[in-house]
Amino acid sequence: MARAGKVADGVANATLREPGRFFALSLDTFRALFKWPFQWQEFLQQAWFIVSVTVAPTIMVAIPFGAILSLQVGNLIRQLGAQSQTGATAVLAIVREASPIVTALLIAAAAGSAICADLGARKIREEIDAMEVLGINPLHRLVVPRVLACAFVGLFLNGIVSVVGIAGGYVFNVLLQGGTPGAYIASFSGLAQLSDLYQAEVKAVVFGVTAALVASYKGLTASGGPKGVGDAVNQTVVIAAMALFVENFVLSALYFQLVPQKGM
Amino acid sequence: MGVEIRVEGLTKSFGRQVIWEDVTLTLPAGEISVLLGPSGTGKSVFLKTMVGLLKPDRGHCWIDGKDMPNLRERDMYEVRKLFGVLFQDGALFGSMNLYDNIAFPLREHTRKSESEVRRIVLEKMEMVGLGGAQNKFPGEISGGMRKRAGLARALVLDPQIILCDEPDSGLDPVRTVLLNQLIVDLNAEIEATILIVTHDINTARTVPDNIGMLFRRELVMFGPREMLLSSEEPVVRQFLNARKVGPIGMSEEKDLSELEAEARLGRDPGPLPPIPPQLMTSDGRLRRTQHAPGEWLRTHGVTPPEGSFIDEMGRDWLQEWPKYVAEMSAGAGRHSEGAH
Ligand SMILES: Nc1ncnc2c1ncn2[C@@H]1O[C@H](COP(=O)(O)OP(=O)(O)OP(=O)(O)O)[C@@H](O)[C@H]1O
Ligand SMILES: [Mg+2]
Repeated sequence: MARAGKVADGVANATLREPGRFFALSLDTFRALFKWPFQWQEFLQQAWFIVSVTVAPTIMVAIPFGAILSLQVGNLIRQLGAQSQTGATAVLAIVREASPIVTALLIAAAAGSAICADLGARKIREEIDAMEVLGINPLHRLVVPRVLACAFVGLFLNGIVSVVGIAGGYVFNVLLQGGTPGAYIASFSGLAQLSDLYQAEVKAVVFGVTAALVASYKGLTASGGPKGVGDAVNQTVVIAAMALFVENFVLSALYFQLVPQKGM
Repeated sequence: MGVEIRVEGLTKSFGRQVIWEDVTLTLPAGEISVLLGPSGTGKSVFLKTMVGLLKPDRGHCWIDGKDMPNLRERDMYEVRKLFGVLFQDGALFGSMNLYDNIAFPLREHTRKSESEVRRIVLEKMEMVGLGGAQNKFPGEISGGMRKRAGLARALVLDPQIILCDEPDSGLDPVRTVLLNQLIVDLNAEIEATILIVTHDINTARTVPDNIGMLFRRELVMFGPREMLLSSEEPVVRQFLNARKVGPIGMSEEKDLSELEAEARLGRDPGPLPPIPPQLMTSDGRLRRTQHAPGEWLRTHGVTPPEGSFIDEMGRDWLQEWPKYVAEMSAGAGRHSEGAH
């Protein structure tokens, strides 16, 4: 009986209370966004930090991503006798889908875990409490700059993934699979439109904001010493990744509904 | 001028664990109070509830006419500017060196020039004995040093309310006495209302004007120093005299068999030890709220134990007091004449 009560309590906590608190924090962060003065220094530091932990892995992931796509899709397309369309697959796969996803995963894993670990450590060392007692709102001071830095860096990461992925696909297709440069580029621009890039950038910003909010929430509610921080980091990566995939689906669906597509 | 703090019926629990219930007490403006209690009775939680970091289940904490736990966030930040808080582990910002840590409140809340900030910070660091450690990071110094740096940061804005969570834990006995002197001097100087959580019996016996004690989820007693030091209440008596005999055991409460065994052996906590005189300011100034030694005992018809109010040099303060006060006020009079 008592155990059933506990389980019900846990379920209520996981499904209602935690998301409720998360949205409360998101809302408060949004309000703190417009508070003066903006924390430029923290923002720049964080942006630089996020860049430093994400750029190298992003490139390392993007190159094989472009190559693998060329390989898989290129083979299939050749069998169908439409090898000249390989460039088009790069648009579909890399610009529209892969780059936001790769960006999302890297932001969740590299930036999210770092933000959560940083804030969690401050929380259990009572630095956050001390800050509040000194009359400083930690949402304004710490969370807002991190959320904006994540969104800002997400924008550029997304660009990097697109460029590097397409370049990787191009190199692989032209040099190794015997495709022609002209066909790659022609089919690319046959399908690509600028709104593809825009939607990917919108996604990247949304993912950056989400990952940073999840990480901040988990970090600021960490408890139970160093182990608690470890758990919070772990949950941040899992929850942020799941949230980003759901958002990706929703945003893609919206994009196809709202923006007319070019035909082939 | 200090601020009076009135706590009414404050209750706090975490989930099903009740920490303390119906705590009611008044910290008189400008006085020093000490909060005692066995480890884990929620003293730190009490301090955090007072500054609004933790939300109580019910109750009030009136500060300057505002009910701290029930304020809107914006107002809460405003009231917090009255506070200087020393956390149990110092709670320094790990990303800043000691200088920046201590300068932080000044840079945030005042428009002082950087040279003025520098003067104040160095003065406070000197005061807590950390001169020369400006460039050290919190991770590079000892626990006692972190405590003192945390205290310097708490004091840098000359707050009207000072809360110290175990300022003396991790300090050597000499530093503890010096720190106590510092707190008493500070209280005389800026007349702040001060609440200290401590496990140091000597501190608890000599520093405060008032003592309170938490035990078994409630405030057992709160009142003037002399009232608790002469109290026959078993918990208070055991704690303030650091005795083994009494209701407090290793796991907070002794179990029944232990108490029965104690009763069978007929162990008696023994007579009350003498009450020490209150620590005075180092330059002889009187505290604004100074009570004469033995005043409470006299007005409540309690005879102090043999040897009370005699200091280390053998002076009997029950006798010396009127002469001392006369001298002091004459001195103060001369002083103010000279100032005119
Ligand atoms: N954030 C929290 N969540 C759940 N329980 C907590 C929390 N903070 C404190 N507690 C519990 O409250 C009780 C009192 O803790 P607190 O730190 O106030 O004790 P304390 O009196 O300061 O002890 P000590 O003298 O050892 O510092 C403990 O049992 C602790 O487990
Ligand atoms: Mg404590």
